[in-house]
Amino acid sequence: MSKGQSILNWIDERFPLSSTMKAHITEYYAPKNFNFWYFFGSLAMLVLVIQIVTGIFLTMNYKPDAATAFLSVEYIMRDVAGGWIIRYMHSTGASMFFVVVYLHMFRGLIYGSYKQPRELIWVFGTLIFLCLMAEAFMGYLLPWGQMSFWGAQVIVNLFGSIPVIGPDLSVWIRGDYVVSDATLNRFFALHVIAVPLVLLALVVAHLVALHEVGSNNPDGVEIKKNKDPKTGIPLDGIPFHPYYTVKDVLGVAVFLIVFSAIVFFMPEMGGYFLEHPNFDPADPLKTPPHIAPVWYFTPFYAILRAIPSFLGTQVWGVLGMGAAVVLIAFLPWLDKSPVKSIRYRGPKFKFMLVLFIIAFIGLGILGAMPTTSSRTVIAQVLSAVYFAFFLGMPIYTKNDVGSEPVPSRVTETNAKRQLRFLVLVAVTVVGAALFAMNV
Amino acid sequence: MKTKIRHLIAAAAFMLPLGAAVASEGGPALEKAPIDIHDTESLQRGAQLFTNYCLSCHSASAMRYNRLADIGLTEDQIKENLLPPDAKVGDTMSIAMGKKDAKVWLGAAPPDLSVIARSRGADYLYAYLRGFYRDDTRPTGWNNLVFDKVGMPHVFWQWQGDQVLKTVKGEGGHEEHQLELVKAGTMTKLENGKANTVEFDRRMADLTNYLVYMGEPAQVKRHQIGYVVLMFLGLLLLPLAYFLKKEYWKDIH
Repeated sequence: MSKGQSILNWIDERFPLSSTMKAHITEYYAPKNFNFWYFFGSLAMLVLVIQIVTGIFLTMNYKPDAATAFLSVEYIMRDVAGGWIIRYMHSTGASMFFVVVYLHMFRGLIYGSYKQPRELIWVFGTLIFLCLMAEAFMGYLLPWGQMSFWGAQVIVNLFGSIPVIGPDLSVWIRGDYVVSDATLNRFFALHVIAVPLVLLALVVAHLVALHEVGSNNPDGVEIKKNKDPKTGIPLDGIPFHPYYTVKDVLGVAVFLIVFSAIVFFMPEMGGYFLEHPNFDPADPLKTPPHIAPVWYFTPFYAILRAIPSFLGTQVWGVLGMGAAVVLIAFLPWLDKSPVKSIRYRGPKFKFMLVLFIIAFIGLGILGAMPTTSSRTVIAQVLSAVYFAFFLGMPIYTKNDVGSEPVPSRVTETNAKRQLRFLVLVAVTVVGAALFAMNV
Repeated sequence: MKTKIRHLIAAAAFMLPLGAAVASEGGPALEKAPIDIHDTESLQRGAQLFTNYCLSCHSASAMRYNRLADIGLTEDQIKENLLPPDAKVGDTMSIAMGKKDAKVWLGAAPPDLSVIARSRGADYLYAYLRGFYRDDTRPTGWNNLVFDKVGMPHVFWQWQGDQVLKTVKGEGGHEEHQLELVKAGTMTKLENGKANTVEFDRRMADLTNYLVYMGEPAQVKRHQIGYVVLMFLGLLLLPLAYFLKKEYWKDIH
């Protein structure tokens, strides 16, 4: 026995190293037909690591103090060795986290990855998304610019609209009557320790649940139903390592090119990743003319603004925005379709999906712009579409199957169909965006 | 490979509308500031203007004097030409006037200019610096085309001379505001009723250029490193990852 083997044996007798590696990596069998959409899970993990590592180094130099926070960020940008690169990686990482997570969620949506037996994976995922929103929101206060301050002010005030307990609740969250040093300190603690801990635990739960039931795939076929009678290995499965590790490295290389292009050449992303007014220090006495959340919150912000106040309270908008996020977690039970993948679904789901994309993108654009009466009407229509997609699902997915039956085994990648779908999605997205920008 | 590239283009399309949705709400279209962040001579002239004219009321408390080595100035040059007598070369560009005093004396504390170019943009600053006009209703006697009721007086009025506001009927009958030079300054000329502002505009461009540099002193280096990083990723890591994947996957059908 070699020296290495004997060390490994020594460890394995005390800790399940080899068996864990086997169960989760070298002998975790994933369907062989993953396509483009399956890169985003591993990329989300990569961005999480980027955020944690850059976050640690930022914490070493950042001062969570209302008097010094703004300048301490500039200190990082100028005087800390490599500080600007770390800061831009973190700010770009925040936005790219949402880009990959939105694409990852969209993948789940089109291939029915949330359907039985993967409901819990989806629920954990939704909780991760919720954590991510909290993490991003609190992190955005830290640079202590005008948008940091007023964005936090607007969002915390939302809690104030809750009947009876609202005003006290918002004071409790802020730790003061306005967003102040106390708020900055607690948001820093939550951003750096509390939320990341929960986030990491949820990511582990997400993966453990995934590896328990096995991955879904673009055909929505359960590969565990067709196993090699001798070895017990799924016929359509391939070991995650090396096949998907090398494939994911390719995804990582492409992602890093996009990521680096942003970090090095357009870190502000035209004012969408780093908003221009946030380069003015927070001033509680000067309300900016237009308070816009960062782009990844805009669809939900648009829903909030679209819902009018009635019965003398504005709480409906807040409830609507909350429901827009929470509803995502209920997808596994709202979707009554007998098939998982969009490939074998009927026209009703496909039609609703196109409407949903239009609604989500349209709301995202509208949420970034100041309101006008026509924009509000459009936002109301799109909000209705957004909710109809979820709430109508039990009706329109019932018995909604396509002409092609679900195969028993996974199918070859059909490049033409893939391209057609991507073009359709891209055209829908661009069309919805152009429409929303011009109303 | 071809389909892969197509997939990537499609993915990039997701991000297009975000970049394109510039909320261009209100305000006149600004002229593009003729600046070049790589032009060190212009930056040096801008630095001199900034330290001589702006840095008495405005601070730049994130900017250190010796950082100007970025734009080709030596420590001795900085000490001789730009540094106030009581400051050290490693100090930040602070001012003696306190915020509270400034508020009493001037009505509003002049903002710190460290990152002003990042919050307002170069085009705005260039328009602002050239946009002062005579307005007797204002305490200072000056107003600004892009910043109505501005508190700051026209610091460069001797150079630029006097401008006045002219309201003309533009296309479609709506009113447009324009500035007209009525009295030439030391750096502008009036010939046959036409204003020649080339020299003054150039100086304001230098100052704008400097403010843009000061907003992010690392930006030139950022681009330089960026090219190297993208070359490494695109020419080395990407092909390597691609062929590695292809090699491993050749038996999977």
